[in-house]
Amino acid sequence: MSTTAYAPPGRLPGGVPAIRRRRVLVLLTLVAALAVAALLSLTLGTKPVPLGDTWHALTGPTGTENDLIIRSLRVPRTALGVLAGIALGVAGALMQGHTRNPLADPGLLGVTQGAAFFMVIGIVAFGVTDLYAYIWFGLAGALVASVGVFALGMAGGRGGPTPVTLALAGTAVSAFLYALTSAVVLLDQQAMDVFRFWQVGAIAGRGTAIVWQVLPFVAAGLLLALINAPGLNALSLGEDVARALGRHITLTRVVGVAAVTLLTGAAVAACGAIAFVGLIVPHLVRPLSGPDQRWLLPYAGLLGAALLLFADVIGRLVAPPGELEVGVVLALIGAPFFVALVRRRKPVRL
Amino acid sequence: MRLQASGVRLGYGDRIIVDGLDLGIEAGTVTTIIGPNGCGKSTLLRALGRLLKPAGGEVLLDGKRIDRIPTREVAKILGVLPQAPVAPEGLTVADLVARGRHPHQTWYRQWSSDDESAVSEALSMTGLLDLADRPLDELSGGQRQRAWISMALAQGTELLLLDEPTTFLDLAHQVEVLELVRRLHAEAGRTIVMVLHDLNLAARYADRLVAMRAGRVVAAGTPHEVLTEALLRDVFDLDAKIISDPVAGTPLVVPIGIRPSP
Repeated sequence: MSTTAYAPPGRLPGGVPAIRRRRVLVLLTLVAALAVAALLSLTLGTKPVPLGDTWHALTGPTGTENDLIIRSLRVPRTALGVLAGIALGVAGALMQGHTRNPLADPGLLGVTQGAAFFMVIGIVAFGVTDLYAYIWFGLAGALVASVGVFALGMAGGRGGPTPVTLALAGTAVSAFLYALTSAVVLLDQQAMDVFRFWQVGAIAGRGTAIVWQVLPFVAAGLLLALINAPGLNALSLGEDVARALGRHITLTRVVGVAAVTLLTGAAVAACGAIAFVGLIVPHLVRPLSGPDQRWLLPYAGLLGAALLLFADVIGRLVAPPGELEVGVVLALIGAPFFVALVRRRKPVRL
Repeated sequence: MRLQASGVRLGYGDRIIVDGLDLGIEAGTVTTIIGPNGCGKSTLLRALGRLLKPAGGEVLLDGKRIDRIPTREVAKILGVLPQAPVAPEGLTVADLVARGRHPHQTWYRQWSSDDESAVSEALSMTGLLDLADRPLDELSGGQRQRAWISMALAQGTELLLLDEPTTFLDLAHQVEVLELVRRLHAEAGRTIVMVLHDLNLAARYADRLVAMRAGRVVAAGTPHEVLTEALLRDVFDLDAKIISDPVAGTPLVVPIGIRPSP
């Protein structure tokens, strides 16, 4: 085809390279923020550990008290915080993208309530007492709830699930599972105790084994999220345009829901129902990334992890000699913050 | 015949809108589908663009059943611009047009020099190069419509289906969009099928008109063959006089009044 009749095609004005450079710069800044948060999380707490001792514990431990604190408590806690923060941030961004709902959070598909219900069932019906074993029940519950919601959403929509049928099915299933969970824990003291702590959300007191247990799920979820990003970009132009651009709508939705399920399931099973990260973080990074999911998702993961670690560090410092759970801190910061966000400008159209 | 519907039965759920319709689109033509609201024009266009799966019959692209060709391959041959598409807030014109390159990209190779030149070519063809960095929300209706057409152009397809590309535009912007369509056809050799409401513009800018009523094709042919006083009575229940367009020489519809339905 001929282009001689028009202005010769050259580089785009403004320049793709300039935009790309800015995006890489933001990415590096977020990586740096996460590194700072991780460093604070390793060194600060009820017993502060000097930087030199922290380095000593990480590189060549000799069994000092500080070595023990860093290696058996702070490292797994920080690693779990990073994993859960990345998972919740990315899952929140995916969820808001797929549902076109700026108020969607990763629990919208019933994943959180599914995990909770299966955990209490594990305790009551199977006599599970070990944290490591609860988590398997939590992961299974997340998966079952999400498959159920997807099937319901599919039955409701014509030729595939729509954002609306998914959100409705997710809300209904969540409410149903929450009622069941409440009924069970009312009747069982032990389940009640576990559930209470789980419901708050914490990254403290989980050993290294738990980090390794959820790592594969988070990794798989992130891979699916990465694969899903271009498809989600197409879907954000509406289903007809996405189809016209050669996308399988249902396949794209399935990959997205699978990613959300793995990420959220792993995070909530290991750390409990940590609220607000998945809801707020996408709003914070959207002005930096624009509506391009290929940048929005990594930004949201990095900021989610940094935010979660900062909140955890704050929780360790505000109430000595005790600690506030990270879930409580996030809710205390997150709720007013979110109100401010909504008031400052009109909610974005996704 | 590049695109062909044979005996298609179309609808949503149990509601059948088009039943047993045949239509062929020849290479290198501009075909415009006209007809009253609800006659199934858009439904037919969606089926031709494989956005809607026929409940019966088949749609053929270059002689092959369109639903048997991988959808990404179809997207390299056939572009569809649906009615009133939506975009997320803050999306810039360049970003929107770049998304038209989707079928040519894989998830590990997101951007190539082909993509770059297709996007800038599409933008220069629609005269939007200067607005490339502006968010879509800040554009006028006509500019926004041109941005969407640029996206479909960047897709680089020989066939282009446009569903009411002039809706919500004032007359000058309608003409602007249709002049663009004519250039795409004349200078880039694209085959175009569109749905239009304005009969006079349809007559002026189409090689072929297809008039539909209640899910059936009532007449198809050149504007002179199709736009007759009898057809307007049959298809639109409209009494009108047809004169010759003093500018283009195509048929011009001058409405007289509505005929009471029989």
